[in-house]
Amino acid sequence: MIDVSFDIYENEFLFITGASGAGKTTLMKLLYLGEPVSEGQIIVEGLNLSRIPRKRIPMLRRKFGIIFQDYKLIHTKNVFDNIAIALEAVGTKSRLVGKKVRSVVRTVGMEGKLKSFPPGLSGGEQQRIAVARAIAGDPRIIIADEPTGSLDAESAKVIFGLLKSFHDRGGTVIIATHDTELIRKTGGRVILLEQGRLQSSTLIPKPA
Amino acid sequence: MLQFFRRALGDILGNRFLNAVTVITVALSVLMIGVFVLFFINADALMDSWTKGIRIMAYLDSGTPEEKISEIKASIERIKGIETVRFISKKEAIEQLKNQMTHQASLFENLKENPLPDAFEIQMAELSRNREDFDEAARQISALPSVEEVEYGQKWLERFSDMLNLFKASGYAMGGLFFLAAVFFVANTIRLVIYSRRDEIEIMRLVGASESFIKDPFYIQSLIQGALGGLIGLGALLAVFRFVTGEWRLGIGNWKLETASNFNFLLSNFQLRFLPSEIIAGILLGSMFVGWAGCYLSLKQFLKL
Ligand SMILES: Nc1ncnc2c1ncn2[C@@H]1O[C@H](COP(=O)(O)OP(=O)(O)OP(=O)(O)O)[C@@H](O)[C@H]1O
Ligand SMILES: [Mg+2]
Repeated sequence: MIDVSFDIYENEFLFITGASGAGKTTLMKLLYLGEPVSEGQIIVEGLNLSRIPRKRIPMLRRKFGIIFQDYKLIHTKNVFDNIAIALEAVGTKSRLVGKKVRSVVRTVGMEGKLKSFPPGLSGGEQQRIAVARAIAGDPRIIIADEPTGSLDAESAKVIFGLLKSFHDRGGTVIIATHDTELIRKTGGRVILLEQGRLQSSTLIPKPA
Repeated sequence: MLQFFRRALGDILGNRFLNAVTVITVALSVLMIGVFVLFFINADALMDSWTKGIRIMAYLDSGTPEEKISEIKASIERIKGIETVRFISKKEAIEQLKNQMTHQASLFENLKENPLPDAFEIQMAELSRNREDFDEAARQISALPSVEEVEYGQKWLERFSDMLNLFKASGYAMGGLFFLAAVFFVANTIRLVIYSRRDEIEIMRLVGASESFIKDPFYIQSLIQGALGGLIGLGALLAVFRFVTGEWRLGIGNWKLETASNFNFLLSNFQLRFLPSEIIAGILLGSMFVGWAGCYLSLKQFLKL
């Protein structure tokens, strides 16, 4: 990444856009240290990511709910366990886990598939599970890499609605997307990347 | 903690064959090491019981005047650790010998003179019946005037203990090899489990799982493997022990093989004993350590960030 410098504010709705290969995923990975910071500086809630000790990385990642471009669901575990283990991993009390899983799965409208395994789900269904997992831990920031990329218009609207209501409750949302229509309809700050460089940062007003 | 156990058990059940092989390897190692330890404990105890039965014989110069004998006896009795001193005159000695060898009585008829020396039979006090005290008492007795030779079976005791030490050295070497083999097997099992779950591990890291959340189930899994192997190995050892000591009778059809009778002549009144509880606990802890060490090696090698 070259010459990329910007701030993200609390409770912002930020789009990262750009052509395929522009560096959207890479930029997001840097935020949660999915990719090491080799140069420059990234500061998340006062933590300098180039100096963070390895032991603290899980703490950093727990600040985010991450929706990965390739979902990253565990293929050998069913939907319930996929979300449950992510909750257990961040220290959720075991008696709360089941309740929470059912509640977020209901939120994304997948309550009928709790016992299904990811390879048996469609791309859109997997994406919804990925969203459910990201919001399950009540993070303050959601990072979503093409969260509506493989959804039909109807499901995309549902997912997007979920992200918006997360934002309305005070959360910060960072979305990578190609979907200019979506950006226009939502409004928010847009960061345009081109070949790893920051091209522009513009504020699109919320439509009335 | 409970969920860690659940995940560890899930892994074990998911890789039943691999885990079974590992547990059996640990069990075999424990069995082999247990056999060695059992052997040494009993050999030591046997040697101890032999040592306890030993009497020191002090033979006098021929022609030691009778009036000196009580003087020598008194000197011997003054030596530390000695309980009883009995004088055996050469006359008494040859009578004993004749009684023991009634069938070779003709041998004695031709004797013009009694070739045996006067002697003292010396018994050590209960607390002093050990190698060091025997050696020390024998040294002091042989320094007395008119004592020609002191004998207390030190030669064969030494030979037996040397042999035992040699066995022990090879026992340690074998034990070490079995230990390493067991660690290697555990490490290999964990490595394969890590490999089969590498995607899952990577995902858990990305959603903020701590290292211990990822590693602990592996440790629990290998500790279970170690403990299970240890228990099975000790169980097998007990079975072998029972079989050898004849507490188990092997009934096949009409005839019964009582193994103990085959060994009895060697051991006379000696009671074979099983491992003492602290060694059993030690072996169990050791086998759990094997699990831990195997896991540690594998995680260190294959679970780098
Ligand atoms: N680990 C890596 N090492 C080196 N180069 C990489 C690595 N990962 C990605 N790249 C390169 O960096 C560039 C940006 O990749 P990135 O995945 O961030 O693109 P993107 O904007 O997310 O594209 P898309 O819209 O297709 O998801 C690409 O040219 C890619 O080939
Ligand atoms: Mg991408």
